[in-house]
Amino acid sequence: MKFETIIGLEVHAQMLTNTKIFCGCSSLFGAEPNTQTCQVCTGMPGVLPVLNKKALEYAIMTGLAMGCTISSHSRFARKNYFYPDLPKGYQISQYELPICEQGHIEISVDGEVRKIGITRIHMEEDAGKNIHEGTGKYSLVDLNRTGVPLMEIVSEPDMRSPKEAAEYMKKLRAILRYLDVCDGNMEQGSLRCDANVSVRPAGQKALGIRTEVKNINSFKFVEKAIDYERKRQIDVIKTGGQVQQETRLWNSAKAVTESMRSKEEAHDYRYFPEPDLGPIMVGREWIEEIRTRLPELPDAKRERFVSAYGLPEQDADILIGDRPVAAWFERSVAAGGQPKAVSNWMMVELMRLLNEENRSIETCLLRPEQLAGMLTLIDNGTISGKIAKKVFAEMYKTGKDAEAIVKDKGLVQISDQSAIEKAVEDVIAHNPNEVERFRAGEEKLIGFFVGQVMKKTKGKANPTIVNELLKKKLIDVI
Amino acid sequence: MKIPIAHFAKLARLSLTEEELALFNEQIDKILDYMNKLNELDTVDVEPTSHVISLSNVIREDISVPCLERKAVLSNAPDHTESFYRVPRIIE
Repeated sequence: MKFETIIGLEVHAQMLTNTKIFCGCSSLFGAEPNTQTCQVCTGMPGVLPVLNKKALEYAIMTGLAMGCTISSHSRFARKNYFYPDLPKGYQISQYELPICEQGHIEISVDGEVRKIGITRIHMEEDAGKNIHEGTGKYSLVDLNRTGVPLMEIVSEPDMRSPKEAAEYMKKLRAILRYLDVCDGNMEQGSLRCDANVSVRPAGQKALGIRTEVKNINSFKFVEKAIDYERKRQIDVIKTGGQVQQETRLWNSAKAVTESMRSKEEAHDYRYFPEPDLGPIMVGREWIEEIRTRLPELPDAKRERFVSAYGLPEQDADILIGDRPVAAWFERSVAAGGQPKAVSNWMMVELMRLLNEENRSIETCLLRPEQLAGMLTLIDNGTISGKIAKKVFAEMYKTGKDAEAIVKDKGLVQISDQSAIEKAVEDVIAHNPNEVERFRAGEEKLIGFFVGQVMKKTKGKANPTIVNELLKKKLIDVI
Repeated sequence: MKIPIAHFAKLARLSLTEEELALFNEQIDKILDYMNKLNELDTVDVEPTSHVISLSNVIREDISVPCLERKAVLSNAPDHTESFYRVPRIIE
């Protein structure tokens, strides 16, 4: 029996504001525990929350970037439940009348473009953080995160494979980072993804019973966790069982999802309109003013990279994935780098070096203008492509200009005919056997001769000239 | 509409005696009956009211202000360590 997988994602994104959503406490990550709280975010009696304008505008910006309708009339709601990280006993969220509704994100999987619907985007406050490790019979609570502004972005159940879900997350993260409204760091929890997963026999109309997979705490686990859950559900059905509607946690150490065994009534949140916050009215004019602040978004940039720079789709896809990477590319091209050459060096050498030390392109010592400078040295024959790799690695390490490195290390390519001629003659004189075999028709030995000449010149000989001279000398003498 | 008092009491972490449950059931029924009078009104052309005060867009700029001293904040809690609130263990 064939099965179809149905996936919808609920994504929580911490907004990059200076302060919390309803009070002036700093929302900066990483402060000493419980040093960023006040009467409002710890839920003291008699205090009133006041909405952060920037959080509202960030939510609207995100909605616009995802083609949503922005609600002219929006309001907050209380979501009631008890947990130690929630000092008020309720979370201020949105229920009816969220700020944004009905948008979409385009993803491309195996060359096919698909539209994934966005049901809604709403604003809410984050909860605090509980610590359970090494705390004996207690749990510890840090309320610094309480009240940090979140956007919850809810997709339609439009995805049909773990790969599509991963692509959706990638695109969503790219958009948030382009907008500069969220840093998109899943490991630190500023971007969180809960997946609703169900399976049904191919051809069946009715949806299967779904589970919610939480704790997907790294980008690389999105696909894995959903794929595991999909297979688990198929196994349950194939062995005659029934999938239980439940919340499951992704356990990355074991690479499985595990039942959370929560009590059902915990989901009875008794939402009602938040009496402490008035409604939010957003007029046309305000929305249009915010629209003017949108930067060029990933899809538009990809198109432009293909049309303006003549890059292949795959190159453009990788380069636009992260805004700083795209900016780096454009700066290098603006400094005179040939687009495809810049793209090649970035995708092969630069990405590898950055990945090796887990460094972001923003903190990279090598500047885009310097790559353009190195490409000029290759083009005018000062260095060979092979030497360029060495120069590039050195530039990356030290942040020095290619020209200075070439000069300091004596890497200038030898294009001087007579110097190369001498090396070629030496090699021919010292390898009479190979010369004979070559002349007897073993033409692939040319590689051996080139290698020997390069060795003699420490890789600096201009390979075109070496080839020309070798052929001339080896054949001429016949 | 019947309100499941026992269920709500549980959600609100209230432990009620049998007598209290019976009493509150009776009282809630009466309150709801009274509220039902409102259903006699024709509200077809009336926007639902979620707030009685006609204020909207009360918002603040994203500017940080000093937070409370940790010592002061924690002193309100029934139990705490030097830097954390301390609560009975939540998960096994």
